[in-house]
Amino acid sequence: MLTDKYITASCTINKGVVSKNGIKLFENDTNIAALLLSTYQHLQLNYPKFYKMDNLSKLGWLTAEVLLKDGFKKDDYQPEDISAILTNANSSLDDDIKYLDSIKDVASPSLFVYTLPNIVIGEICIRNHFKGEQAFYIQDEFDADFMAQQVNYQLDNNISQACICGWVDVLEQDYKAVLFLVEKKRNENSVEFSAKNMRKIFNKD
Amino acid sequence: MSGITQQDVFIVTDNVLTPLGKTTAENFAKLKEGISGVKEHYRTAISPLSFFASLFDQDEQILKADEHDYTKFEQLLVASIADALNGSGIDIRDKKTILIISSTKGNISLLEDGINNIELKNRISLSTSAKLVAEHFGFQNKPIVVSNACISGVLGIITAMRLLRSGEYEHAVVAGADVISRFIMSGFQSFQALSPQQCKPFDQAHDGLNLGEGAATIILSTNEKYAQNIKVKGGSVSNDANHISGPSRTGEELAGAIKQALKDADLSPSDIDFISAHGTATVYNDEMEANAISIAGLQKVPTNSLKGYYGHTLGAAGLIESIISIQSLKQNLILPTIGFKEAANADKVNVLADAKRIKANNFLKTASGFGGCNAAVIFGK
Repeated sequence: MLTDKYITASCTINKGVVSKNGIKLFENDTNIAALLLSTYQHLQLNYPKFYKMDNLSKLGWLTAEVLLKDGFKKDDYQPEDISAILTNANSSLDDDIKYLDSIKDVASPSLFVYTLPNIVIGEICIRNHFKGEQAFYIQDEFDADFMAQQVNYQLDNNISQACICGWVDVLEQDYKAVLFLVEKKRNENSVEFSAKNMRKIFNKD
Repeated sequence: MSGITQQDVFIVTDNVLTPLGKTTAENFAKLKEGISGVKEHYRTAISPLSFFASLFDQDEQILKADEHDYTKFEQLLVASIADALNGSGIDIRDKKTILIISSTKGNISLLEDGINNIELKNRISLSTSAKLVAEHFGFQNKPIVVSNACISGVLGIITAMRLLRSGEYEHAVVAGADVISRFIMSGFQSFQALSPQQCKPFDQAHDGLNLGEGAATIILSTNEKYAQNIKVKGGSVSNDANHISGPSRTGEELAGAIKQALKDADLSPSDIDFISAHGTATVYNDEMEANAISIAGLQKVPTNSLKGYYGHTLGAAGLIESIISIQSLKQNLILPTIGFKEAANADKVNVLADAKRIKANNFLKTASGFGGCNAAVIFGK
């Protein structure tokens, strides 16, 4: 059954700026490590596991924190009804390089575990207790049509009732994260869920 | 599946390319003889210590007369896809055909040479490999790349099944491969996840996994001319939301994926004739999986793990093990679990120590991986 779907929130972390639904929340354009830490502090979060994450997981996890805060009614859903579909270009290469550096001395299991791109999905799921579908795809650039197809299939077939989808990419000092919350109900900020609207938000900076 | 009328997804043909053989038939023949690819290796390029794994010979030529500058990873994909396509009648250049590639680490070994520049980073990218493979065969659509830890192969099949069901494409070529390098070996060593001998899935003495190399390809279609073939009947994915490097304590989440896959296939637990488990032979994995199988009501169903033959082939595992099990379905012969003698969880999972001839209609394939991911897919006549 084709159902109406809406982007009920979006969050972008790009070029030192954290924004939600197109509105700038916070800025720190020094370097990625400083941006991630200061965003965490700005949000006044208390989640010690954050410090153990690699930059890809920190970036995706923080983007999801901003995306879901103020407005997302998690209790309206079963844990199995919320899915996550993420994509990027550089897989986990940022951490792969750091892990490989560690094996010259002693191979670090805590770096090795992050040498898979889907670990960021695991971190978001652990934090929010999401137990639904999940997938990580590698693309040379954000493919809004592919994403729309994937999300439509899940929501139209009631495989999921809500989906967190988008792009989380880090390689050294280059990074960009754009996440969308897609639900079957509207709110005051929502726009229709479509490849066109995702592309518009993605390219807005 | 409620709502949309969905098309059946049929298996056209397949290939398994491993140290045991270059075709599905060669591989299945070796497995029927009880031959394993896992042995002790001394390769300092991969590990300073000896290790048990299933590896291609160092001088093995995967592609004959390779005029391209393909890496071993890409050669495996090309060779596997080429064999699967051979005589299949599938039109690669048709806009209704999609290529899906599954891998965990692809060309990561290129990083081990110590050079670190932008050209190398682009060369390592899975998108680059996918593009080269797509161009080699002349696929018209941009390939899809799945990289989702050890469920990558099964997730590739589920992604294809859904794209075909929705009518987006008519044919899908799903190929997976991984190559064992120092990068991967050292990581599993650092986790103390490797067995010092041939692995023993679901056995009381299970003490870790073996790694393995390989590739596999499965070609799927909704075209009714394949209606007599085996079908991909349903699939599902879940997340444990528990730990990034350890599985669920309860197995509830893999059980959830199994139940959803059954629902998707419109089948009940009693319709499942055998299970091809992930069965890595780590204590954590095997226990979680035994719990999940039991929760899903499948504790009596004959189950095997093929890791004793191939080791853990990572992004190829879900494909290799699905294709071997499709042969089991065709030949009504379920393979034993090499390395298994005394059950670690006898009341929760019925692991086969010996080959079993049964009339089978449907089987379940499961997979789980780092990041807390689980996947289940059901194939049937």
